[in-house]
Amino acid sequence: MNEGRRRTVVVVAAAGLLAATGATYSAMAARRDDPGPRAATLDLGRGGQLMYRAGSGRVASAPLAAPASAPALGARSCARFYAANGTGACLATQAGPVPGTSMTVLDRSMREVGKVKLAGVPNRARVSPSGRMVSWTVFVRGDAYNETGFSTWTGILDTRTGYTVVNMEQIPLFKDGRRYRSPDVNYWGVTFAADDNRFYASMSSKGRTYLVQGDYGAWEAKVLRENLECPSLSPDGRRLAFKKRVSADPARPWRLYVLDLATMRETALAETASVDDQAAWLDDRTVMYALPRQGGGSDVWSVPADGSGTPSRLVPGASSPVAVR
Amino acid sequence: MYIADAAALAPHRPRVPRAVPANVLALGAVSLVTDVSSEMVTAVLPMYLVLGLGLSPLQFGMLDGLYFGVTAFVRLAAGHAADRGRRHKLVAGIGYGLSAVCKLGLLAAGGAVGALGAVVAADRTGKGLRTAPRDALISLSAAPDAQGRAFGVHRAMDTAGAFLGPLAAFAVLWSTAGAYDAVFVVSFCVAALGVLLLVLYVKDHRGPAQHRAAVSLRAALRLLGDPAVRRVCVVAVALGLVTVGDAFVYLLLQRRLGMAPGYFPLLPLGTAGVYLLLAVPLGRVADRTGRYATFLAGHLALAGACALLLTPWSGALLLVPVLVLHGAFYAATDGVLMAVAAPLFPEGLRSSGLALVQTGQATARMFASVLFGAAWTLWGARPGLAVMTCGLLAGIAAAWTLAPSRKGKA
Repeated sequence: MNEGRRRTVVVVAAAGLLAATGATYSAMAARRDDPGPRAATLDLGRGGQLMYRAGSGRVASAPLAAPASAPALGARSCARFYAANGTGACLATQAGPVPGTSMTVLDRSMREVGKVKLAGVPNRARVSPSGRMVSWTVFVRGDAYNETGFSTWTGILDTRTGYTVVNMEQIPLFKDGRRYRSPDVNYWGVTFAADDNRFYASMSSKGRTYLVQGDYGAWEAKVLRENLECPSLSPDGRRLAFKKRVSADPARPWRLYVLDLATMRETALAETASVDDQAAWLDDRTVMYALPRQGGGSDVWSVPADGSGTPSRLVPGASSPVAVR
Repeated sequence: MYIADAAALAPHRPRVPRAVPANVLALGAVSLVTDVSSEMVTAVLPMYLVLGLGLSPLQFGMLDGLYFGVTAFVRLAAGHAADRGRRHKLVAGIGYGLSAVCKLGLLAAGGAVGALGAVVAADRTGKGLRTAPRDALISLSAAPDAQGRAFGVHRAMDTAGAFLGPLAAFAVLWSTAGAYDAVFVVSFCVAALGVLLLVLYVKDHRGPAQHRAAVSLRAALRLLGDPAVRRVCVVAVALGLVTVGDAFVYLLLQRRLGMAPGYFPLLPLGTAGVYLLLAVPLGRVADRTGRYATFLAGHLALAGACALLLTPWSGALLLVPVLVLHGAFYAATDGVLMAVAAPLFPEGLRSSGLALVQTGQATARMFASVLFGAAWTLWGARPGLAVMTCGLLAGIAAAWTLAPSRKGKA
């Protein structure tokens, strides 16, 4: 066998071996992620359940009274999930030859009633208390001042009219009474009030983050306060749970706080781990949020909303919690 | 016999297009396969870190952004090491091998941010190690009058790999119902094949023995004393400082077109497609009509794309020409700059020399991104772009006056 022949044989054999390795591993991985139990039928309109995204990505439901009990696992997979009053919001990525990200609006039996095609990494999903307004945030790479930065695209869908804003960054914004214009404005983490018109969101510009209050009907927003991210309105509509930047250390930059909207006083919660989530309210006295755990995945934790007590683990291997009352 | 006779009879080289050197094709194949592997990971890494591991995008930005300095230093050191030992293949091979192992490192790191950072840094180091020795090997393997074409062929193959990588990654994700670890394992297998191709098919260019003293850091820095070298470095850095970064071009396009977010990731593919198609033809044009002029014309194409973004045009009338000009910019500058610079360096210092030019250009472009970002924030997108475009045109004009004599065809 001459030199060239031998090389060809070595390369073909090695390529075959490597292809077999990759294929075998992929086949094993595919089987490992096979959904275990048969999909249950979930009902977004039934009260008294805690819904969340299970570790497999599928939406799950457990009784509010026993959140850590074995859940009913639905068929639908989401990266971020939220629901209110019979409307579901499922922010998901689709694998495929041309991958995509989409926000799917769900009816009470988790059937698709609307879909917005997006791009980027799913980040936040919310539904207004009435179930009418659906909002979301995705992170888009490269859409920023430097190649490595992320920027956000936040959208709002009105399920009554079907009107959809895919990127709200053009909303007229006022700061200290004056119109604020800057091309680097980014919004994320929208939360709607019960009137389906007033909303809160976080905004960043020139390296600072702010809480803005928006008026959906008038389509304008104003800056309320600095250093507040991912607001989440309490069920009674009087307080915002949010994450506050407390450290320059990128490993643990945030802490959970609650802001009283009447007094504008903020209270640090007992959770000392850095929380990167838009918190949700378990009830008027308790907030819940996801924390990553060692080795991947995350758990849902809860902590009293008045700064007292200690955090406790609510559901292991879960994220995107929502209390359906 | 015939060849000798023909050479004796013909005073000029025959105009028959010669085959692309086997070594260039081999290096192209290695780059193609390696780019499939690395772009597989690049395509899924943000999703994996944020959705799979629950890291915040902020942490990802930190992971991604901190290693520029490392890469620059490693590139210079690797160029020097390759020249000193006259072992381009070995140094490049270590770079390819390191990046391959890093694919498995991603699996091993799991959710530990520190370990992930180390793996990403090691991957960057691998890329820094291999670039200059690889380009030196390409230039040493091609005839002096066919440098442009050789780099064009290599870059076209490289870009083809970058094109296929994301498709491969999404195919794996699709067939495994979203198993990121399977993407990393397949990516490792592909990278391992790339290393094997390098080992088996790429020939090192040992060249005549150099005096050890001749290949010193000081000798590498003394290269800058040569007016021709200095000119190329100054021009590459100066034009790099007024180069509008890719992210800005896509962002401006997206805003001007009011493009739905779902299509945003397709913009870079448009540029890459044009780059892929034009890399070889423009490399040949560069060989024939002058590489330096082609390099400047490439920047003119970028200035054209920026100027189009300043017009009130919209729709396909804006999208198509901007992406074509942007792709042409890459095809006429990326490999062509190497073809301009490589013949200026003695064989024994080629890796060091190319590393110097690449690092200078990359550093300048990074500063340009920061500067343009600041201009954008200060004055807004359009004025910022107008200033940058004027700067680019002024830079091209100034570089034109420094052009080497046509006879030199440098």
